[in-house]
Amino acid sequence: MSDQNKFIVSHAPFWHDGSSITQRSYHIMIAALPAVLFGILQYGLPAVAVVSFSVSCAIFWELAMNFVTKRSLTIGDGNAALIGFLFAMLVPATLPWWAVLTGTFVAVIIGKQIFGGIGSNAFNPVVLAIAILMISWKDLFDFDEALLNYDLGFTMLYPIAALKHFGTASIEAFTAGDLLLGKQTGGIGATFGLGLIIGGIYLIIRGFIRWEICITFLIGVFATALIFNLYDSVRFAGPVFHILTGYTLIGAFFLATEDSSSPVNFIPMLIFGAGAGALTVLIRNIGAHVDGVIYAILVMNLVNPLLDKIRPKAIGKVG
Amino acid sequence: MIKRSFFGLAKPRLEYNILPDELPEPEEISCSENVTLLLSTFLEQTDKTLSVKEGDKIKTGQKLFFTNDDAYAISSVTGTISSISPFTGDFGASYTAVSINLSDNEEIDEQFEKYTKTSSPDTADTVRDFLACVPGNLPVNLLINPEKPIKTIIISGCDNDLLIYTNQYIIKTDIASIKSGIAILKKITGADDIIIVLPRGFKHAFGDIDARISTIDTGYPAASPNLIMRNILSRIVPAGKSFEDYGVCFITAEAVASIGRAFTSGKIPVKKTITVINKDESVKLAVAEIGTPLRDILSQLDITLNEKDRVILGGPMTGTAVYSDEHPIMPNTSAIMIQDSGNISHVSDYPCINCGDCIRICPAKIPINMLVRLLEAGQYEEAADHYDLYSCIECGLCSLVCVSKIPIFQYIKLAKYELDRMSIAEAIDERSE
Repeated sequence: MSDQNKFIVSHAPFWHDGSSITQRSYHIMIAALPAVLFGILQYGLPAVAVVSFSVSCAIFWELAMNFVTKRSLTIGDGNAALIGFLFAMLVPATLPWWAVLTGTFVAVIIGKQIFGGIGSNAFNPVVLAIAILMISWKDLFDFDEALLNYDLGFTMLYPIAALKHFGTASIEAFTAGDLLLGKQTGGIGATFGLGLIIGGIYLIIRGFIRWEICITFLIGVFATALIFNLYDSVRFAGPVFHILTGYTLIGAFFLATEDSSSPVNFIPMLIFGAGAGALTVLIRNIGAHVDGVIYAILVMNLVNPLLDKIRPKAIGKVG
Repeated sequence: MIKRSFFGLAKPRLEYNILPDELPEPEEISCSENVTLLLSTFLEQTDKTLSVKEGDKIKTGQKLFFTNDDAYAISSVTGTISSISPFTGDFGASYTAVSINLSDNEEIDEQFEKYTKTSSPDTADTVRDFLACVPGNLPVNLLINPEKPIKTIIISGCDNDLLIYTNQYIIKTDIASIKSGIAILKKITGADDIIIVLPRGFKHAFGDIDARISTIDTGYPAASPNLIMRNILSRIVPAGKSFEDYGVCFITAEAVASIGRAFTSGKIPVKKTITVINKDESVKLAVAEIGTPLRDILSQLDITLNEKDRVILGGPMTGTAVYSDEHPIMPNTSAIMIQDSGNISHVSDYPCINCGDCIRICPAKIPINMLVRLLEAGQYEEAADHYDLYSCIECGLCSLVCVSKIPIFQYIKLAKYELDRMSIAEAIDERSE
C-alpha cells in the first residue's frame, strides 16, 4: 500500500459553479466604476483622494479587526474594499480625511465586524456609516456648502435640498436629461444616473444583485412620488425628479441590494424594495431630512428578518 | 465542471445525459486477481458468525452469510477466501469485507437453480434469500414487507445523477429481462401499478409491456424519487415519512432486469453495468463483476490515477469519494467518476453571505440560508423543527451554487445522521429503563 496514490476525499457534490465572494465584490465595483469615474472627472483630484483613501481605510480596518480577533485574513474577499468604494460614492468630494477615516471605521467595524463579519451584519454597513456621519456632523453632508468652490457649468444646487427648502419652483432648472447625465451636484458616485443604471443592469444580468429589490425600490419611489405629486404638484416634485436625484439610483442598485441585510425570498424582496422606496419619498416629502434613502434602507434592514419569514412551503412540510 | 453562466440571472440548468442513438459498446472488464464482497454487518459482533472462513473455496453464485442475520453476499467469482476484515464506509456504515482470490476454472453454485426448478417455488422467499445483492441493488426488505405492502412499483430508467446512463442502457438492450422481471415483481408483491420512468427524449419501442411508461423532465434533479412522486403520482410524501408508507417502491431498471435474468437463466447475475466518467467528463460503459476493484476497471480503460485526484463512486452531484482504488464495485455502484486534481473545487469555512442563490435553485424550497446557520452551529433538532431539514431531497444543488463554497449538502447529511444516532440512543435508553 505504500506506493498507493493519496486521493482527495470529500463530500458530494464534486462540482462547483465557480462563483466566489471575491468575484462578486469586484464585479459590483466594476459596475460602479462608470459613476465613480464621472465623479472624478467632475471633481478632480479631491475625488480621487477621497475614493482611494476610503478604500484603503476600509481594508485597513478590516485587516486590523482580523488581527484583533485573531481570525484568518478576510480582506481578500474584496468586501471591505467594496464598502470603502460605496462609502466614497456617497460623500462629497471635499469630505475631510478624518471623516473618511471615521466613516469607514463605522462601516467596517461597527457595521459589519462586530456582528460577526461578512454575512452577519443586520444593517448595510455603508448605509449605517453614512447615517451616523449625517447625524454626527450634519454640515458634512450639506452638498451646497461642501461644493461651494466648484463651478461646473450647471446649477450648483443640490437638487433635493433645493426642493426641500425652496419648493418645486427652485427645481425647474433641472431637466430629466440633465439629471440623467449627471448635471447635478451630490456624492462623488451618486450623481451620474445613466452610469448607475448601466451598472445596475449589468449586475442584474450577471445575477450579482437581486432584480426584485432594485425594481420594486424604483417602483416604490415612483408610485409614492406620483401620489404626492398628483395630490399637490406645487409642493411635491414629480416621480422622475425623485428617481434621478439624491441617492435613489445608487440606493436601488448598490445599497438596498446588499446581501446580508436584505431578504432572499421572492415576496419579501418585493415588500422590502417597495417599502424602502415608499419610505424614501415619505421622508423626503414630509420628513425632517433632505434625503430619505439612507434611513429608508436602515428601517427596512430592521424588518428584513421578519419579512423573510414569508416563505414558500417546503416540499412535504408537516404542519 | 458546470460553470456559472455569464447571465447569472437565469438559474443554471443541469441536464441528464441521454443515451446516444448509437449504442455505446460496454467494455468487458476481466478481474485480475481478487474481488472483495461487502456484507452490511460488522464482523466484530460476537453473536454472529460468518458462514465461511479464510481458506475456504467459494463457487460463483454461492451465498456468504452471517448466522442470526439477514445480510448476505453472493460470490461473483470462483476462488479461495484470502481475508475477512471489518470495513467502514461513509457516515460510519460498517461492513465485513470478504476478499476472494480467483481460481482459473469457474464453477457455478447450484443452490439457486435448485430452488427455481422445484415444483412449487415460493418466489418471494427465493427473491429474498438470493437476489438481495444483484446488480442494481434490489431493496428486498422494502419490497417484501408484510407490514407495508407495496402497491406501486416505480422502475427508474433514468439515473438520478448527471452524466450517468447505466439504466437507460439496460432498458435499451435488455427489455426482455425487464419484462420477465416485472412479472416476478408483480407476483411477489401483488403490486398492480408498475411505472417505468424515462427521461423525455429517450426513444424506445417497448412492444407489449405490462407497465405504464412515464417521462420526466431532463433537468436535474427531476429523477429524484421525491420529485417523481410529486410529478407522476401527484403525491407529496410528508417529511419524515417513507415511500413505503404510501405503498410505493423505487427500483432501478437494472435490478428488475437482474431478477428477470436470474429466473430465466437459473443463475444469479453478478455482472454490473457501470458508467465510467473520465477526467475530461467523457463517458464510457463497462461491465464488471460485483467486487471487482476499481483499479482493474480503470487500468483496462486506460485511465491513470495520480496523487490528489478524486475517485468517486456515483456521479458528480450525489456520489461518494473513496480513498483507495482497491475499493470494490458494489451492487449499487451505477457509476465511477474520476476527477483530475486540477479540476477539484474545494469547500471553505466562509460564512453564508445570504446571497440567496441556494434558495432560488432548491427544488424542495427549503430556507437554506437559515438552515445552514443552524447546522453550522450544530443545532440539528431546531433545524429539523423549524427549517425543514427533512424536506431535503439530497440533490446537492445548494452546494453547487454556493458563493461561499459552504459544504451545505454535507452539513445536511451530517445533521440527518446525527439525529438518527440521537433517536437510536434515546430508544436504547428507553428500553433499558
